[in-house]
Amino acid sequence: MDYFIQQLVNGLTLGSIYGLIAIGYTMVYGIIGMINFAHGDIFMLGGFAALIVFLLLATYIAGIPVALAILIMMVVAMLMTSLWNWSIERIAYRPLRGSFRLAPLITAIGMSITLSNFIQVSQGPRNKPIPPMITEVYHIGNITVQLKQIVIIIVTAVLLSIFWYIVHKTPLGRAQRATEQDRKMAALLGVDVDRTISVTFVMGAALASVAGTMYLMYYGVVAFNDGFIPGVKAFTAAVLGGIGSLPGAVLGGLLIGLIEALWSAYFTIDYKDVATFGLLAFVLIFKPTGILGRPEVEKV
Amino acid sequence: MSETLLKVEGVETYYGNIRALGGVDVEVKKGEIVSLIGANGAGKSTLMMTICGAPQARSGSIIFDGTDITRMPTHLIARMRIAQSPEGRRIFGRMTVLENLQMGAGLDNLKYFKEDVERIFEMFPRLKERQSQRGGTLSGGEQQMLSIGRALMARPKLLLLDEPSLGLAPLIVKGIFEAIKKLNQEEGLTVFLVEQNAFAALKLSDRAYVMVNGKVTMTGSGRELLANPEVRAAYLEGGHH
Repeated sequence: MDYFIQQLVNGLTLGSIYGLIAIGYTMVYGIIGMINFAHGDIFMLGGFAALIVFLLLATYIAGIPVALAILIMMVVAMLMTSLWNWSIERIAYRPLRGSFRLAPLITAIGMSITLSNFIQVSQGPRNKPIPPMITEVYHIGNITVQLKQIVIIIVTAVLLSIFWYIVHKTPLGRAQRATEQDRKMAALLGVDVDRTISVTFVMGAALASVAGTMYLMYYGVVAFNDGFIPGVKAFTAAVLGGIGSLPGAVLGGLLIGLIEALWSAYFTIDYKDVATFGLLAFVLIFKPTGILGRPEVEKV
Repeated sequence: MSETLLKVEGVETYYGNIRALGGVDVEVKKGEIVSLIGANGAGKSTLMMTICGAPQARSGSIIFDGTDITRMPTHLIARMRIAQSPEGRRIFGRMTVLENLQMGAGLDNLKYFKEDVERIFEMFPRLKERQSQRGGTLSGGEQQMLSIGRALMARPKLLLLDEPSLGLAPLIVKGIFEAIKKLNQEEGLTVFLVEQNAFAALKLSDRAYVMVNGKVTMTGSGRELLANPEVRAAYLEGGHH
């Protein structure tokens, strides 16, 4: 039982990271109906931005409190990746709006390759480690909870609350939901649709970059190709939860995290990805709309 | 003669290679109710949407309140205070009635929302009862009310109504037309509407245009067109009023 709870904690931590990334996939899909395959790399960029900030802070402000350091890392990563994702949308996706459906998908894959190669060339191909930032560990009975796990879960919960508030209670969120449901009608009501779509990319990037920062802090390492597997898993999470659904993305993320942790604990760790993607295949066969997704209504 | 609010001149609109509007001239003056009648597929809704820049006219010009809006993006045209209750109502089905109305009031950042929403609820009490219900769950008539209400929330200078009576019970149609008339008389709201229910539209309107195959073929006061034998034969007789 203790072992199970232990894995639950690990799974929730991992799931939080996937959930934060998955929101970016699902939001963009909801609003313009495309899968932004570069989103995983945006997450990786967030990790690198945080890494660079960490190194700068460690070099120039040696005694900085850890909490403040993480906050600065997060904010800078958010700003940088937001700018990146905004530019990507502007350069690679917007000119193709109204083009055939595969076109933005292909440029998205192109952007993904561009970003990871850019980081590989500019930052080097090796893993980039940082020393552990948070080392405190609590023991509750036989269960070990690391402080950094608690930090990740709390940061995720706080961010999701803010995010939920923006989407459901602010004019910006209303404009986003309106654009998602009927782009033309939103424009008829004075909503700047292009700007709303840009903001959606920025919000997705901000959440992914926090995930990147948390990932760096949790594993203590980031590499240029780290966007791929976590990106695909977060995408799986979004599909599992029901692509286009925000609560679905979070739920899917948590489920994928839990499945991975529990599978690794009770079966063989080598097959954890097989388990995850096997589940994706299963969901796509038996409930293609995902757990919380609504059936796609063909628009005329 | 009062001032011209909207002047459409020689407007041509295409869907791909298909010409939907072939040089349309229409004028709406401040404080008027003008209607556009015609058969299905004549291009009435296309004209409504072209005024709002979705799609944009390929040639010709659209002047609103002294500004050329022909090439303006749709959201900026909306910000000039042209509000439309479009064909098919286009209610946001997964938003509540209240949120739909908030979308309408977005131009002023909900500054006048409280007082305006009260007015809409007075006009359409059904919407008040249903305010926290999702738009998609409303009946056709309620959606029509919501669509008109949402357009009014923008405090428009020009209200475009595309088939406000479509698919509604006669009693509701009467209510909606009375509400339009009242807004026009009491607040000087300028209205340009498309109607299949030609009889009701002509009775309501100061002036009207008849559209056939993407062109305006006839124009005159509501009364004149009601009396015109061609109009009677094509759009009025055989219909039930």
